[in-house]
Amino acid sequence: MSRPGWDVPQQARQVARRLPRGGYVNLGIGLPAAVADQIDPDQHVVFHCENGLIGYRGMVGGDDPDPDVIDAGSRQVALIPGAAVVGHDLSFAIARGGRLDATVLGAYQVSADGDLANWTTPAARLSGVGGAMDLALGAKQVIVMMRHRARDGAPKIVQRCSYPLTARRCVGLVVTELAVIEVTADGLAVRQLAPDITFDDLQNATDAPLLAPSATP
Amino acid sequence: MTQRTESARVALNKLVQDPSDAVAGIRDGSVVLVGGWGGVGVPDVLIDAVARLGASGLVVATNNCGMGRPADVGLLFRNGQVGRVIATYPVHPAATDFLARFESGEVELELIPQGTLAERLRAAGAGLGGFFTPTGAGTLLTERRETRVIDGLEHVLEPPLRGDFALIRAERSDELGNLRFRYAARGLNPVMAMAARTTVVQVDELVPAGRIHPDDVHLPGIFVDRILVSGGVP
Repeated sequence: MSRPGWDVPQQARQVARRLPRGGYVNLGIGLPAAVADQIDPDQHVVFHCENGLIGYRGMVGGDDPDPDVIDAGSRQVALIPGAAVVGHDLSFAIARGGRLDATVLGAYQVSADGDLANWTTPAARLSGVGGAMDLALGAKQVIVMMRHRARDGAPKIVQRCSYPLTARRCVGLVVTELAVIEVTADGLAVRQLAPDITFDDLQNATDAPLLAPSATP
Repeated sequence: MTQRTESARVALNKLVQDPSDAVAGIRDGSVVLVGGWGGVGVPDVLIDAVARLGASGLVVATNNCGMGRPADVGLLFRNGQVGRVIATYPVHPAATDFLARFESGEVELELIPQGTLAERLRAAGAGLGGFFTPTGAGTLLTERRETRVIDGLEHVLEPPLRGDFALIRAERSDELGNLRFRYAARGLNPVMAMAARTTVVQVDELVPAGRIHPDDVHLPGIFVDRILVSGGVP
């Protein structure tokens, strides 16, 4: 059974084409890793990983895998010409210090105000936070790339997050397999719908009210 | 005495031949900083040596709590040697030994953001009393902590994180302990080396002093006390 909306490479492409040309962009663990495979080289985006790699791309045929060249999810990647490597202190100085043009992170919940919850759930006795808080707070733009609903079907785009927050009012753009949604001062503005997805489909899968494409500038 | 023989003497003091000598002095309750991130830069032979040493009640600072590799930090949980762990991402599915000890209440966890871990280590190494960071302010992770508003943004006071020992891994050392790391295997290893009273490095390759150009040293040997040459646990 095929799921509605974009597949992961198509969803990653929706993120990739919106990244700033020539920008430095961090990719988090999970779905965001796929963005490194879908970027147009002509955009000259430089990907940063929390582990200190600055300037990598997804592996392509003919690349020689190196066990010490991995992304945030320990997936093997390749360094680009002009890459640099730093330790975690400098890598997070880059993140907190405001040098990243964007970060692409996964999420459990995003609120209508752009609050981000992506490190723990109310039921969890054990959680991992990794670099999420540093990145959410430090990057100039936070893009969330996630499934539109949780595994149990619960909407992940909500009026208010019920999960513990990672950072407040930080998310600018949400890209799910169903749509691209911008967090604006007026509310959540739908910028693009996946093929065969209607606005009503999308609203039904979303807890927070959405602004239809025609209703927003 | 020539400069050459002087450096050779210092080198003799740092080189150890046996893993048990490398970790000698770690005792019950020691604070041990363990390098490695996501399975790279892991000082596996040194971790294995701590497991054989048998010290317990250790306070361990680490990014992960085990990735299911032979002789990663998970081994210390399996052996019941850890009383408290300071980590950023302990939830890897392969961290089963940590999980069992955590669930049974034998191990206490202090969860901290990754950038805060790196900076707490760096602060200790740099002789600082801590720092204010906006990371985690207003979240569950920093409840009941001292805060201050700086430039309109809430910051949290973070203390330095000092270790009795740091166990780190590098690709190459010279006889003075000047180190070079390999790609993402650099990670937390340099800041951990700075933050510990005794720093032990496991290196794949030892080269004569002078072979690493001074401009190419990632971490100077002033932060390194013991050097063990080993290609890793097979």
